Amino acid sequence: MSLLTPNPGLIFWMLVVFLLVVFILSKFAWKPILKGLKDRENEIQGALDLAEKTRAEMAQLKSDNEKLIAEANAIRDQILRDAKDASDRTIAESKDKAAIEGQKIIESARETIRNEQALAVSKIKQEVATLSLEIAEKVLRRELADKAAQEKLIADLATSARLN
Amino acid sequence: MYTHLRRFFTIALIAATCVFNLPARADEPAQHEAGKIAEAVNQEEHKIEHKLEEHEAKFNIGEMIMHHIADSHEWEFSHGVVLPLPVILYSEDRGIEVFMSSNFHNEHHEYNGYHLVHGESEQIVPVDEARKIYDFSVTKNVASMLISALILILVFTGVASFYKNSKGKAPKGFASAMEVIILFIRDEVVKPNVGPKYEKYLPYLLTLFFFILINNIMGLLPGSANLTGNIAVTMTLAVLTFIVVHLNANGNYYKHLLAPTGVPAPLLIIMIPVEIVGVFMKPFSLMVRLFANITAGHIILLSLFGLIFIFQSFVIAPVISLFALFLNFIEIMVAFIQAFIFTLLSSMYIGSAIEEHSHADHGH
Repeated sequence: MSLLTPNPGLIFWMLVVFLLVVFILSKFAWKPILKGLKDRENEIQGALDLAEKTRAEMAQLKSDNEKLIAEANAIRDQILRDAKDASDRTIAESKDKAAIEGQKIIESARETIRNEQALAVSKIKQEVATLSLEIAEKVLRRELADKAAQEKLIADLATSARLN
Repeated sequence: MYTHLRRFFTIALIAATCVFNLPARADEPAQHEAGKIAEAVNQEEHKIEHKLEEHEAKFNIGEMIMHHIADSHEWEFSHGVVLPLPVILYSEDRGIEVFMSSNFHNEHHEYNGYHLVHGESEQIVPVDEARKIYDFSVTKNVASMLISALILILVFTGVASFYKNSKGKAPKGFASAMEVIILFIRDEVVKPNVGPKYEKYLPYLLTLFFFILINNIMGLLPGSANLTGNIAVTMTLAVLTFIVVHLNANGNYYKHLLAPTGVPAPLLIIMIPVEIVGVFMKPFSLMVRLFANITAGHIILLSLFGLIFIFQSFVIAPVISLFALFLNFIEIMVAFIQAFIFTLLSSMYIGSAIEEHSHADHGH
């Protein structure tokens, strides 16, 4: 079978040509092509990595912002609460003070009233004493004139004295 | 159609020449007198040629097929369109001789003491039987191989220049078409099978793939050579893979070969020869697989075309042409598959030989 008998001449040429092709392609084709492909893959990988990193940074920034906003909110709430507390306190203090002041004024008013009253009472007592003396004097004078009239006078005096 | 018919009648003529030539060649060993055989062969051939001219219709399909898949010293594209190729001979007494194969186109098919014999395959034999010659002619196959090598180099240096010139740009055009195949070979074939040190073998395996592919496809063109269906070519490729594997194989590989671990001592008597036969079976299978697939495809296609000339019917011809068209598509697929398989198996053999850790399964 000539089909199955390798021809030495063809083997020789095959070896020479194939090895030359391997050599030339390795040096002038595969090397730059594979390098180009690898470079591009690295570039793409780098770009992807960068995008991923940027994304992470953005997320970080976002969470930072959120944190800042939350902090600001918290501070604002705190300030508002403090202000409210302060005003409440002030109001309460003012109220207390006003109450105490009022109390004091009422106290002093009461004192004054009491003093006035005492004064008035003592004056009244004097008046009563004076009046009593005058009545007694008048009664004594009338008694001297009429007994009935004297009694009537006393009753009148007593009535008027009760009215006083 | 007419030129086709003429072409095939020519083939028939040549084929028939070969048939009648055979008995003459079979007698050769009996006749030891130098020169006489050649004379006899010539006379036979001429007689047959005359006969054939008389009975042109005689058509031997087997010989036609053999003529088409065998190598030749000239490139016949079609009837009358013959490209003579240089014949390079080496003999100890005469040194290197170079002349064109067209010199054999004479009455006796003889030139300068050499005789071109058409048998199952073409052969140049010295008229003086005692002389020993080595035939390094640029045959049809060699010429085809040189063309495909040139195409490969031009195409891939062109693709390479794209990567040099337009760095950092998106791939486009022909370079990106080749890139898909290169990436496929790199990522799907070489990387997973060879392992982490794949980069060292990538240039060889890529060249292997594209060399087989382009020659498979060129072999499908009408009038072209059947290069990858030639056992010398597939043998050279298989032997090169064998050499690459065994030059780079590590200690584990050889250790596993000669002293497989975990095998009982009595079994070693069987195992070691089996392992060693396995080593040689791998390149042998590579060689036969590619050769048989491509040659079988060519034989089927040529048989179909031969049927047209056997039936000589306008009814049969279109049907067979359709069938041949279908088979041509299958052959294009086979061209890719066989190139892929050769590369894949080469990668696997390399991978199993350079594997760092030794384990029981070595790609059996």
